[in-house]
Amino acid sequence: MEAKTVSEAQMNRKTGIKPKREVKWKSILTYVAFVGPALLFFVMIQIIPFLMGIYYSFTSWNGISSAVEWVGLENYKKIFTNDAKFFDSFWFTTRFMFTAVIISNLIGFGLALLLNSALKTRNILRTVFFMPNVIGGLLLGFIWQFIFVKGFASVGKYTDIGIFKLAWLGDEVTAFWGIVIVFAWQTAGYMMVIYIAALQGVEQSYIEAARIDGASNWHVLTKIIMPLILPAFTICFFLTISMAFKIFDINISLTNGGPFNSTESVAINIYREAFQYNNFGLGTAKAVLFFVIVAIFTTVQVVMTKKKEVEA
Amino acid sequence: MNQKYTKKFFLLEIFGIVLGLIFLIPFYFVIINSVKAFSEILIDAAAWPKEILFTNFVKVWDIINFPKAFWNSLIITVASNIGIVVISSMAAWKLVRTRGKLSNFLFIFFVAAMVIPFQSVMIPLMKLGGALGIVNSIPGIVIMYFGFGVPLSLFLFHGFVKTVPVEIEESATIDGCSQFGVFWRIVFPLLKPITVTVVILNTLWIWNDYLLPLLVLTDAELRTIPLATSSFFAQYTKQWDMGLAALVLGITPIIIFFLFLQRHIIKGIASGSIK
Repeated sequence: MEAKTVSEAQMNRKTGIKPKREVKWKSILTYVAFVGPALLFFVMIQIIPFLMGIYYSFTSWNGISSAVEWVGLENYKKIFTNDAKFFDSFWFTTRFMFTAVIISNLIGFGLALLLNSALKTRNILRTVFFMPNVIGGLLLGFIWQFIFVKGFASVGKYTDIGIFKLAWLGDEVTAFWGIVIVFAWQTAGYMMVIYIAALQGVEQSYIEAARIDGASNWHVLTKIIMPLILPAFTICFFLTISMAFKIFDINISLTNGGPFNSTESVAINIYREAFQYNNFGLGTAKAVLFFVIVAIFTTVQVVMTKKKEVEA
Repeated sequence: MNQKYTKKFFLLEIFGIVLGLIFLIPFYFVIINSVKAFSEILIDAAAWPKEILFTNFVKVWDIINFPKAFWNSLIITVASNIGIVVISSMAAWKLVRTRGKLSNFLFIFFVAAMVIPFQSVMIPLMKLGGALGIVNSIPGIVIMYFGFGVPLSLFLFHGFVKTVPVEIEESATIDGCSQFGVFWRIVFPLLKPITVTVVILNTLWIWNDYLLPLLVLTDAELRTIPLATSSFFAQYTKQWDMGLAALVLGITPIIIFFLFLQRHIIKGIASGSIK
């Protein structure tokens, strides 16, 4: 046996091929060295806290006292029976999501159609429409707070147009639309960039063929272009749904949840429950529910649009 | 596109320019009012300033300690970007090149986590972060960005590595190059286009992020630009003269970054979302 190993080792030294077992160990080690760091940080920062959150949602944890008591479904019961504010914020977030997703995609797609044509200013206009997107939601909210409060007032003075004279952020209905406007202003340019990339991939020959067959512009758009770029719709809807549903920064700086809590998003509600009222157990229960709902919304949407893609 | 520039295009052009100006109006309001005296803002926010004053900027510069906030934002963004690129490109490459159930599972594990909203993680993360001693420190928040940044970045690298031919790597391995050598000398330079995309997406996210720094960085010394701006507004409500100067200071760095790299950014955003 020993003699054989020695001769094998000698042989390997000559040919430069390592024994099999050593190679296997080495490849496992390099696998760990390459994948390990990413996995470690990811598990430590996202997965473990996520699982801890599920556990804490069944406890009375308040962040201060070290006694964390198991309370079963008590937190969930409280949310469903005795927390109208959570449902209000939920209802606001849902309404906001649908409105904001439709409007920002309509504007984004419209801008993409406009700038995909041979306009001379299209490059500079792309830059202009995309620019709000590089500014963070918090600063955007403050900028627009000024526009709604002071800017609109002076435009109203010059033009005498009624909508500029309203106290936009002081009224529940207009405050809602105020957030929609800021969200659309921020994301429409982003969606535009994705739609333009998709439009540029559409074969011109299809469109020309349809034109020769006498199709109207509207038909070319709805029957040829839109089915061809369905993947872009999937992506844009996915992105806007998840951004709108998790909205936090814009609300905080634009309305701070007001007036009368009417624009408090779920994200703000969870934040306040945990970090202002110190109800960590209740906060994590809300966070778990929030995860379930976001997961359902986004999966349903992706499955629905993917199905359309297959059909088309 | 070989369409002729007709009257229809001219009208569309005008329409586009008008829309573009409407998009820019908020910037107009913010900039002109940031150089006005407070009383002048109250009288008429739309008018051109009678006299351009920089006193607002001088005052705000010190109140929000702008150089410090800028430096904190910069350090956090740069360090997080470097770490995220290193760990996720390495992992993505190995996951693509080592076929098998484990690699498939890990890839799906990373990507599936993208549906977890930050709000579902943040509360226990603060407890865990406290135990690990990574709260209220810049290296600590950078580590957190590693964890949050990995899934999307790894996903983008993974898609790109698949398009890189494996033959060069094989011949380098036969020539006795180590796996680290193969990756850093041969593969990584080939990943440059997607690295640019990853860096741009992560920079826009981390630079502008508000909630994580709000939770993690409690010391005034550690404030990033969004944190410094929000604490300024909490303290000086309705003081629009200084507030607008703070906003102009706050948005200037990222706007400059964008204008310099706009072609790459717009291209990077498009390829990052379509992959």
